[in-house]
Amino acid sequence: MSFWSKVIAITRKDALSELRTKEIISAVLVFALLVILIFNFAFGARPEAVDLVASGMLWVTFAFAGVLSLNRAFIVEKEDNCLDGLLICPMSREVIYVGKVLASLLFMLIVEAIALPVFALLFNLPVLTAQLIGITVLVTIGFVAVGTLFSALAVNTKAREMVLPILFLPIVIPLIVAAVKASELALAGKSWGELYPWLPIIISFDVIFLVVAYLIFAFIVEE
Amino acid sequence: MGQEASQSSAIEVRGLTKSFGDRLALKGVSLTIARGESVVIFGPNGAGKTTLVKVLATILKPTSGRVLINALEVKSSAEAIRRHIGVVTHQTFLYGNLTAYENLDFYARMFDVPRRRERVQEVAALVGMTSRLHDRVSTLSRGMQQRISIARALLHKPGIMLLDEAETGLDPQATGLLWSAMRTGENGEPRTIILTTHNLERGFALCDRLLIMGQGKILYEASRQVLDLTGLIEAYQHCTGVRI
Amino acid sequence: MKRLILWGLGLVLMFLALYLVFLYAPIEKVMGIVQKNFYLMVPMGWLSLLSYFVIFIGSIFYLTKRDRKWDDLAYSAAEVGIIFTSLALMVGSIWARPIWGVWWAWEEPRLTTTLVLWFIYLACLLVRSLTVEEGRGATFAAVVGVIGFIDIPFVILSTSLWRGMHPPLIIFEEGGLDPRMRLTLMLSIVAYTVLYVVILMQRVAIRRDEAEVKKLKGLVSQES
Repeated sequence: MSFWSKVIAITRKDALSELRTKEIISAVLVFALLVILIFNFAFGARPEAVDLVASGMLWVTFAFAGVLSLNRAFIVEKEDNCLDGLLICPMSREVIYVGKVLASLLFMLIVEAIALPVFALLFNLPVLTAQLIGITVLVTIGFVAVGTLFSALAVNTKAREMVLPILFLPIVIPLIVAAVKASELALAGKSWGELYPWLPIIISFDVIFLVVAYLIFAFIVEE
Repeated sequence: MGQEASQSSAIEVRGLTKSFGDRLALKGVSLTIARGESVVIFGPNGAGKTTLVKVLATILKPTSGRVLINALEVKSSAEAIRRHIGVVTHQTFLYGNLTAYENLDFYARMFDVPRRRERVQEVAALVGMTSRLHDRVSTLSRGMQQRISIARALLHKPGIMLLDEAETGLDPQATGLLWSAMRTGENGEPRTIILTTHNLERGFALCDRLLIMGQGKILYEASRQVLDLTGLIEAYQHCTGVRI
Repeated sequence: MKRLILWGLGLVLMFLALYLVFLYAPIEKVMGIVQKNFYLMVPMGWLSLLSYFVIFIGSIFYLTKRDRKWDDLAYSAAEVGIIFTSLALMVGSIWARPIWGVWWAWEEPRLTTTLVLWFIYLACLLVRSLTVEEGRGATFAAVVGVIGFIDIPFVILSTSLWRGMHPPLIIFEEGGLDPRMRLTLMLSIVAYTVLYVVILMQRVAIRRDEAEVKKLKGLVSQES
């Protein structure tokens, strides 16, 4: 299908560019590791303290890393006005949204795949469970769904880098709350069933915001 | 009129306006361009040239008025129209981190170009960039980037070219070569071309017909046969109040 | 004329509400006089939600119809909304102090929800002022308005569940309320809603005038 082949072309193009420069992934990864390091000093690495704040730490790190990485998503499209180049391609505007969502999702998941084991190692936590990985992937989808929309919006404003967090963070607060609570339970070794009601909140957030952002995206790139 | 006229003309614009918030960038533009005609638009900065080109390129939506390209309405068939037009501006639309080949290949995918590899080689040869095809775009000179950008616009064999300050970074010799590459269509017939430029002399040399825009309106329109360069400069000064 | 009637109605209702609050409604046994705060807090909380609904309507119609008047409505509702949301936060804080002994209670999901709403309102207003082209600022604000409105149920749900509370079915549902208190509360809500509508209409009118003045200024500067 033409829609998906073009979506994949956009994702592939972003991945290729990233593979060459490693701009986003390396910077975001270093940032995430630094945040973890700073948390360690801020809260002290005593086991009882870690148990209390571990899940919060994880999601503060990923939320801020997400802002950093999503900020870059549309800046590359503005550099030689490539966004106009995409707008003259024979396809609906939504192709751009989906392609960018997939690319940002890919970058975020790579960063998380590296940061999570480091996190586990440094704080001696059972991070690598199916539950926690599942939660991470689901919450990241929600971040990227909202973040890609706002990233496209933010590049058209005066203070690009500052606008995204101001828009993005209040909207994803419910997602962060659910992520923190669910990860807390997952770190305590609870089963999938005990993650209720957080899991349905996360999943419905993902679905609803993917659909709404998909529908509304054209208004942002079009004048 | 109506159906018949729009069938024969490549571009037909009637009463086009475009506003950004409260600012009116185009205040009622009407214009008909025949197939194979080359039309140059002059005008000072802020005259609305770029806005007009962007509306024709379906990047901007008209606020009111009718725009038909190859008898297709931009409001309803923008996607189909995009297959008929190639756009070159002073911005290249190229990704600096990718090679010229990768850029062309990407746009070929976006335009559903059949036999991508051969076509990319073809357009690269057309703009004389075969040897640098595997260099990163950011390492190429500005003029070379512009050549790749022209190759990008030719990938899907458009019948209409929209050129907005397209000669940016190109030396006069290259401009001549690239002009003929853009002007000559696939079947040997000339492509329809609309171009904007600051360079009156060069624009005058290339066009069949010329327009002068100012403050969102077409102020002057003439065929090249009835005018010489001095006449053009006089008309330009008269319309825009800008001395050259 | 219509506006004048609304003004009058608002004035009468406001006095009536004051009368009911201070002279008619009984003093609560446990909390005492402090509980009177409640008749201000609930309407403010309600208006910060209502205002969001108005933004949503304005935003949706602006995006689909591209008519300035819808943007005027959405913008005015955001501005008036952030005022009422700020008041809700202040009143909530004044309420929290004597009841819980702290100025801010994270345990109270309605307070937390209101705070998140406040930030979303701020986002709505900021995105407009940070956008270079004015026409796009309106579009962007509308997009944020739509996304923010859809976010509200998630905010309410997550902040209530966060502290292990059941999500409130109605925001101001209070079981076993004295009928006199209920009447007073209802009337307060109506009175403040009328006040809200009056202020909103006023703001929309001012915004139209602003646009008119700007247009005339443009014409004048073009002439000269």
